[in-house]
Amino acid sequence: MIDWAHFTPWSALAGGLVIGAAAALLLLLNGRIAGISGILGGLFRPMPGDTAWRVAFVVGLLFSPALYGLFARLPGATIEAGYPVLILAGLLVGAGTRYGSGCTSGHGVCGLSRLSLRSFAATAAFMAAGFATVFVIRHLLA
Amino acid sequence: MHSLSAFFVGALFGAGLIISGMTDPSKVIGFLDIAGAWDPSLGLVMGGAVIVGLVAFRVARRRTTTFLGGTMGLPAERQVDRRLILGSLVFGIGWGLAGFCPGPALVVFGAGYDKAVVFVIAMLAGMALFEFAERFLDGGTK
Repeated sequence: MIDWAHFTPWSALAGGLVIGAAAALLLLLNGRIAGISGILGGLFRPMPGDTAWRVAFVVGLLFSPALYGLFARLPGATIEAGYPVLILAGLLVGAGTRYGSGCTSGHGVCGLSRLSLRSFAATAAFMAAGFATVFVIRHLLA
Repeated sequence: MHSLSAFFVGALFGAGLIISGMTDPSKVIGFLDIAGAWDPSLGLVMGGAVIVGLVAFRVARRRTTTFLGGTMGLPAERQVDRRLILGSLVFGIGWGLAGFCPGPALVVFGAGYDKAVVFVIAMLAGMALFEFAERFLDGGTK
């Protein structure tokens, strides 16, 4: 059943277009795939001349709420998971995205945009696992 | 120059995530909860981003250099293998548990939420664990 009360098609689409524009700029200006896990993960294998842009991108992401707040009210974030679950989830997301070479941005946005079979497979896998995990937590364990 | 553009692109990417609703884990979990009150908004985020991305990658494919004169770095990997699927499944489980994937987690970290700070530290630890495993358990082949 669709939750119409929380459905926000226009802001979702607008945000998606901005994300796509950012990915397009990183590709056409820096020649890089805007995959957040890959950009972060590359910092663990520093190569000459390959670190500064990664740090700059991450700093830009970290400052985005402050910059956004200059123009509009920053929407809140509701984090229902407790600390033990967050730690487990963080470990899984960190290790999983590196082992699988990408996350929602690298495979989901950039990979689908370049019609990569690998990224279609990866996106199907993480979406399926996400659906299954929420199903177990919300409907089997709750 | 590449760092400056990376900073602005990072900030723009973060703004897109904020506008889209991806930075609210409860909304992400609402999207992943297909058996409950389903909020399909985030499907439109990916749709919007991919529309722009399709154009950008078409342009990029015809070029060998970026608009800043650097090299165009597109992934060469083609194979759908066990690593890709297994890693993506592990990532999806973590995503479903917390409602955070790497980009939004960094943005909410930047907004100063304690829970996002904990998640990001665990995520970096997960990435470090992956690096350790790659270097010392896998015979240093990668």
